[in-house]
Amino acid sequence: MDASRRPEAETVLRLSGITKRFGSLVANDAISLTLKRGEVVALLGENGAGKTTLMNILFGHYTADEGEIEAFGTPLPPGDPHAALAAGIGMVHQHFTLADQMTVLENIVLGTRPIWSLNLGKANARVRIRTLASDYGLEVDPDRMISDLSVGERQRVEILKALYREARILILDEPTAVLTPMETEALFATLKKLVAAGLSVIFISHKLGEVQSVADRVVVLRGGKLAGERVTDQATRRELAELMVGGQLPVNEVGPASPGEVLFELKNVSTRGLGGSALRNISMQLRGGEITGLAGISGNGQAALAALIAGTLEARDGDIVVHGQKASRWSPRAALANGLGRIPEDRHATGMIGDMSVAENVISEAYRSPRFSRLGFLDWKAAVRFADDIIKAYDVKCPSPEARVRLLSGGNMQKLILGRALDGDPDVILASQPTRGLDVGAVAYVHARLIEARDRGAAVLLISEDLDEIQVLSDRILVIHRGHLSEPSSRGELTVMELGELMAGHGIEEGASDAA
Amino acid sequence: MIEAFEILFTASFWVAAIRIASPLIFATMGELICERAGVLNLGIEGIMVAGAFSGWFTVYMGGDLWTGVFVAAMTGAMFGLLHGFLTVPLGLSQHVTGIGVTLLATSLTYFTYRILLPEVTSPPKIEPFEPFAVPLLSDIPVLGPALFNQTPLTYLAYLTVAVVALVLYRTPVGVAVRAVGENPSAVEAQGISVTAIRIGAVMAGSALMAIGGAFLTMSAFNSFFFEMINGRGWIAIALVVFGSWRPGKALIGAILFAAFDAYQVRLQQITGGVIPYQIFLMMPFVLSIVALVVVARRATYPKALMIPYQKGER
Repeated sequence: MDASRRPEAETVLRLSGITKRFGSLVANDAISLTLKRGEVVALLGENGAGKTTLMNILFGHYTADEGEIEAFGTPLPPGDPHAALAAGIGMVHQHFTLADQMTVLENIVLGTRPIWSLNLGKANARVRIRTLASDYGLEVDPDRMISDLSVGERQRVEILKALYREARILILDEPTAVLTPMETEALFATLKKLVAAGLSVIFISHKLGEVQSVADRVVVLRGGKLAGERVTDQATRRELAELMVGGQLPVNEVGPASPGEVLFELKNVSTRGLGGSALRNISMQLRGGEITGLAGISGNGQAALAALIAGTLEARDGDIVVHGQKASRWSPRAALANGLGRIPEDRHATGMIGDMSVAENVISEAYRSPRFSRLGFLDWKAAVRFADDIIKAYDVKCPSPEARVRLLSGGNMQKLILGRALDGDPDVILASQPTRGLDVGAVAYVHARLIEARDRGAAVLLISEDLDEIQVLSDRILVIHRGHLSEPSSRGELTVMELGELMAGHGIEEGASDAA
Repeated sequence: MIEAFEILFTASFWVAAIRIASPLIFATMGELICERAGVLNLGIEGIMVAGAFSGWFTVYMGGDLWTGVFVAAMTGAMFGLLHGFLTVPLGLSQHVTGIGVTLLATSLTYFTYRILLPEVTSPPKIEPFEPFAVPLLSDIPVLGPALFNQTPLTYLAYLTVAVVALVLYRTPVGVAVRAVGENPSAVEAQGISVTAIRIGAVMAGSALMAIGGAFLTMSAFNSFFFEMINGRGWIAIALVVFGSWRPGKALIGAILFAAFDAYQVRLQQITGGVIPYQIFLMMPFVLSIVALVVVARRATYPKALMIPYQKGER
């Protein structure tokens, strides 16, 4: 890892003056970057800073409008993934590019043999994969189906794919976003072995802590421009943060909680699965004046839990208790009538209707109330007034209440959802991934509003895959694994590694219902 | 009752079943390749019509039988190219395009038939493929003649299944076809063109469909009639689902369906008009719906089926 301190290390990759425009948006503005042999360079920046675009240009998925790329001293033709692969560049995408119903081996050899050859050369491939896997700590069985692998194992397959093609430059796009803390440690150990073997790595991230522990050099992007470049050892965390955000990092003060009564309760509830694990005999209590954080790796039942509480998924077993009374029939309408504020996981799919206006969207949960309708006809004046109120109160940047929601940025759309959900001071707030894909400013804003809701006495359930977010906001933390819940822990009781152990399923009791 | 049961042990019943199955096998393998690459090909019905006509007409004009099969395959591949071009690089709806291809291929075939043969009242006949008994194997009781006393096109159908299965599971191009139907970005990321693989697969699959059509005019019958494909293309689509997108299982499905079809004809003769014959005609279709309900609910279909791939889209 000391390649950066050896000035004679060979430059393996040089990007000069890369510019890419999407319509009027300049995603990359004259960005230059070099990478040396045996070096880890972190590409740091917020969502939308242009990191992924830059790497997609390097890999040939996009063609740059201006600028040149040089790998190992020879220019790389633009817009040709095949040329990038041939030049020894391997990319591990944030969204894996694996075929699920095929084996690890098939995914790895895909495209490595002449397409019309008569066999796959499986025996040789298997041996090579095993060797690479044991050399770099990437153990995975070549004959297993991708669909049977965990997220961490799939990532190992992606890295193996690049190594199998003898990649000398490895690009990792937000590789830790989907990993548990232990898996992240293992990934970092692998990266150390790779650079020791003379490979070079570009590590894309927006997490400062990771960047500091893994990178030799940090290149910071902001708003599509190069904001700065630092040698990791010589830069402070604060300095990097300010380069990334372009100012002070906003900090929320989270005061002590004053828990009140149980406002919402699940008792021994089971459901079917919903794009992930089913819930198996879980119980939880949400108290007023408290934020309950639900941590876990994506796909362990979070989606089912959120849908259950929102009323879109029926419980197979067990009871839902609201304000101490058992709910006989739980539906989306019953949830809203019982004072549930809902911030859905996917803004675009279940949060807002992109082709409808701001006003139509903000009344979509309350259009039947006398506030917005009279004798079955909608009162558009009231709707527009309500939309205007939210736009002002939540500082939503949008042209007018009649504007289509599709035109809003992610952060502004989320503020609109927040305004709709928090209107009328709901007792129970369900916040699923409320800050996913938002920039630092918008994240701080959403957090502040959730803390505010807690302080006025609401019960907040925060479902998040971001462990930092869970730890900062939650007064009580639950961990979900394969549809089972851990025992609750209070703020600061468990370390990141201990939470990581729970996320991996160690110490979460497989429920009695399973054993029976 | 006993009579109805005895049918199952007669050689002639199984000979008929395999004969009926042959065009379905070609069509099913063709559709399977398309769908494995992520493209639903509803053009199948029309492509079979076009293949039936072009193969037969080539022979009628004096061509060799195998030249006829080749011309049919090329005709199919051309309609496959059209379907592939519209659905892959242009990303049009595969349903709508497929129905369009079926209507186009069917009408174009009937139109061409009328233009080329304006005078005829009854369709002219050709000398079709003759059954060829494989020595020794065809002497096995019941199954021998059924499997090994058929026309060369039926033997080609067996061979097609084996080749499709081998290519899909044992060769780089097959892995690329399956991967492109599961996750096109996996193929793109490995430096292979998604468009080339998909269009190639649709063309190859369409060529097989057309040979399936040609079987009817060049092996099962010796002439070309309107409406002679009669829904066989749609059955092939159901058979692909029934076979869970696997060549071996799809073959079993095709033979089962054909056996039901051959059986109902014989049952009609036995019952002699007590039960309306439409009931029997319906039987294979009802059974295939039942089989679909039972089998297909557990099937894992290609993940990217019917999803157009746009390069560079996130």
